[in-house]
Amino acid sequence: MNLYEGNKGDRIRIKEVAIEGVMRRRLLDLGFVPGAIVDVLKKSPLGDPIAFRVSHTTIALRKEESIKITGELIQHDNE
Amino acid sequence: MTTNEVYRIALAGNPNTGKSTLFNALTGLKQHTGNWAGKTVSLAEGSVHYKKSTYRLIDLPGTYSLYSNSTDEEVARNYIVFEKPHVTLVVLDATSLERNLNLALQVMEMTSNVIVCVNLIDEAKKRGIEIDELKLMRQLGVPVLKISARNKTGFPALLDTIDRMIRGEITTSPYAIQYNDEIEGKISELVPNVKKLVGDRFPSRWIALRLLDGDTSLLDEIQKRMHQEEESTWNTVQKTSGSHLENF
Repeated sequence: MNLYEGNKGDRIRIKEVAIEGVMRRRLLDLGFVPGAIVDVLKKSPLGDPIAFRVSHTTIALRKEESIKITGELIQHDNE
Repeated sequence: MTTNEVYRIALAGNPNTGKSTLFNALTGLKQHTGNWAGKTVSLAEGSVHYKKSTYRLIDLPGTYSLYSNSTDEEVARNYIVFEKPHVTLVVLDATSLERNLNLALQVMEMTSNVIVCVNLIDEAKKRGIEIDELKLMRQLGVPVLKISARNKTGFPALLDTIDRMIRGEITTSPYAIQYNDEIEGKISELVPNVKKLVGDRFPSRWIALRLLDGDTSLLDEIQKRMHQEEESTWNTVQKTSGSHLENF
């Protein structure tokens, strides 16, 4: 799955960041690195952008980026 | 004996790790501090006197990285690489070391005169986080000190470490990231050529890495700086030859 497909409460372990160049660098700096665990915090009404929690900070990503970050679902909190 | 040497100490760190608080506490200045990102836009400078030396502290903009995605990062990077401070203090937030260490590793690739300050240690304690600074020090290969800039704790040890680093009493061996064979191979191909061009003025392994990353803004900056150097030597040549002519 990719991060864009995540639902609120999902916990995802990142496998791959399929983005190149400056944006890739930026995402890695912010903590979206392979192996990192990301929580899906909130989705905008139309599903874009999505707020994630990564290494103790909340960061919102646009669909363009979140769709290219793939990982595996490791936990899901049902409300 | 009044040997008052001036040394430049740069403060680097992620946004909101207390760099400016540390800067103010040490210099007694009132550089604006506030809890929002991107606050330190230009470089603030202030002085501390310790033993017989003067430390000129330079408060770099807070950044997550030094790979120049923004003006802030470029300012901080250029200062560390080109202005070569005598010591670079990397200020880390004790409550989120994982994210903060990214910048520390980047700085350690650029210079070996690095001291790591784990700040907000009081806040970490409140949250039940304990930092093993000796273990960190062994793994990073540079001095690591726990401080609280807000409560002004850990300052004597910090100043003493700066003093000893400047006097060459501390030799660091910064942890160098080993990349995969392909990248390491390319690095060893590039390094001799980089050295031929820039000599020992700039860290050659780091420049090789930036080249592999396709960082053209760095190349432009190096070119600009080397032109300036040439011009200033040319000017001195002209001046001396000018005075020679007068002698005729």
